[in-house]
Amino acid sequence: MRKFLSGNEAFAEGIRLARVQVISAYPITPQTIVVERLSEMVEDKSLNSQFIHVESEHSALSCAIGASAVGARAFTATSSQGLLYMAECLVYASGGRFPIVMMNANRSTALPWNIYGDQRDSLSLLDCGWIQAYAENAQEALDLALMSYYISEHKDVSTPFMANLDGFVLTHTYEVVDVPTAEQADELLPKFETENKLDFSNPKNLAFSAGPEYNALFKYKEHLGMLAAVDVIKEAELKFKKIFGREYTGLVENYKTDDAEYILITLGSIAGLVRETVDKLRENGDKVGLLRLRYIRPFPNDEIAKALNNAKAAAVLEKDISFGNEGTVYTNVNSALKKAGLTLPVSDYIGGLGGQDIAQTEIERIFSEMKVETQKTEFIGTGGEGI
Amino acid sequence: MSITAKTLDENEYFYGHKACAGCGGSLAVRIALKVLGERTVAVLPAGCMSAVGFNFPQLCFSNNAIISTFAGTASMLTGIEAGLRAQGITDFQAVGFAGDGGTADIGLQALSGAIDRNDDILYICYDNEAYMNTGIQKSSLTPFGARTTTTPAGKNIRGNLRPKKNMFEIVAAHDIPYAATANVGFLQDFMRKVEKASKIKGTKFIHIIAPCPTGWGIPSDETVEIAKEIVNCGLWVLAEYENGEYKLNYRPKNFSNPADYLKKQSRFRHLTDEDIQTIITSRDIKWGYIDKNYKFNQEEKL
Repeated sequence: MRKFLSGNEAFAEGIRLARVQVISAYPITPQTIVVERLSEMVEDKSLNSQFIHVESEHSALSCAIGASAVGARAFTATSSQGLLYMAECLVYASGGRFPIVMMNANRSTALPWNIYGDQRDSLSLLDCGWIQAYAENAQEALDLALMSYYISEHKDVSTPFMANLDGFVLTHTYEVVDVPTAEQADELLPKFETENKLDFSNPKNLAFSAGPEYNALFKYKEHLGMLAAVDVIKEAELKFKKIFGREYTGLVENYKTDDAEYILITLGSIAGLVRETVDKLRENGDKVGLLRLRYIRPFPNDEIAKALNNAKAAAVLEKDISFGNEGTVYTNVNSALKKAGLTLPVSDYIGGLGGQDIAQTEIERIFSEMKVETQKTEFIGTGGEGI
Repeated sequence: MSITAKTLDENEYFYGHKACAGCGGSLAVRIALKVLGERTVAVLPAGCMSAVGFNFPQLCFSNNAIISTFAGTASMLTGIEAGLRAQGITDFQAVGFAGDGGTADIGLQALSGAIDRNDDILYICYDNEAYMNTGIQKSSLTPFGARTTTTPAGKNIRGNLRPKKNMFEIVAAHDIPYAATANVGFLQDFMRKVEKASKIKGTKFIHIIAPCPTGWGIPSDETVEIAKEIVNCGLWVLAEYENGEYKLNYRPKNFSNPADYLKKQSRFRHLTDEDIQTIITSRDIKWGYIDKNYKFNQEEKL
């Protein structure tokens, strides 16, 4: 059924279709709509779920961990300061291998206070052991909500999943979205089964301590779980395509990169504008392309190297800065290129901070600057250059 | 028919842990689990009981048990209760065992949230009156005068300057279905309260005094005796809150001298006569309030 939905609403539809059993959430702009819709679904009984009104984000995720630890499918949602407030619980959920799904409405982090979108909240927590996906539009948001549980709960993965939607630009923007039927969703998503749970027929002690002699082993297994997601994401998308007809392309999306000389790498909703710009520049004969990172953990090392193999130059456009260095996405991309032995120049454009508008002319400028084939880090709109 | 020492479950649910000799907290956990039985999920935050009981591969709970974040005892209990109920499972007990710091300091917000929602959980605070696991630092349940490693007793400051937070009445002020205070020196009373709590729907809270020989500076075979003495000298009150009413469970005919209780413990050894008089005065004010506001039935025995 086709509906006119915002990103938040589309994600809520996905969570309803995933038959989530426990929802715990605390309000923060611009996440609120997703949990408001879910509470309405619980009220009108279109969703059979326990809705817990927790008193903080820390409790939101702690509660979800408790629910997951007894084998229930759990969901929470947050943004910005809320995500940072639950940071302790993020590593707890991943270390305990609890496959919780969280929607994060990407928002600037204080100070200065700002409610608008950038990706400093989630990207500053890349090392927390959560799968991190970034949706471009409302349809992808809904589809990610459904696939996230398939991926996260897979026995080889057993890793929590953070689905990121750009604050306001995606969470509050309405689009026509195809909402699948419950039968279709059930075909994709089996009931949550796990051995990693407190169980009365086989009592367990969970979330224990492990000293130096065992700790590295647990951490290594956690790493392997995240790496296993690479194949499971492909498997989920293949199955998804068969049932729903829509196709996704794994950790990255290549748009006209095959013959591209200049490639812009980005993530989230800004990719839409970049795609349009690529089309516009291609009309002038410019061989340009877009590489959209759909997932940043696990990180698409091979996919980036493959896409950039024949390019003359590339740039990263990201809504993030790791103060004292550069954008975190840029750091990760450079690591992928180094490992692949690629030496093309790559620049870093830091933009969209605190909801700053990125105009198409800026993207055109980035593509034209790539032709100079030098390397730089730039804070868009400030006149400031970094290293 | 209440559980007694004779009818208490002989199975051990908390066994093989490495708690210090004479640990009052481990006694509270052990006894509570025997009352609650095998269909119990125990949640323990960072603190002594999780530190001594969950060292992979030596895991010491034979029932389901999990460590929560320090602040997250109550919120994790909420999730466990909701998660089981969502799967149609209802015949279980969800119990938390958190220390004084985990309850009255870092865990207070989550506890308040759980009581506000009236989640069907039992929260037991084992109170050894300081952060013992990290090496005896002051918590908001450390009593006035006590020396801890962060409230040293020196020339200028004589230990902890603030009185103990009244967790029992803070919790009761939420209009919780059931709250009680207890003491490991009065185990029959504690068992009765745990059993009673297990049969009440909604949030239940029990605050049990659990002496720590290491932190209090007493011999490890005097835990139970010192626990009895704190009640007999009037510095700890055994009470319940139910149906909007406070009820006193026990009133010593004549209080023993708090100075005797205090001087047995190295954490209070520096106290002057004036300090002890301050403690006695605040005790008497508190009992004046209790006698006025708590119901007491002389005939009922512990």
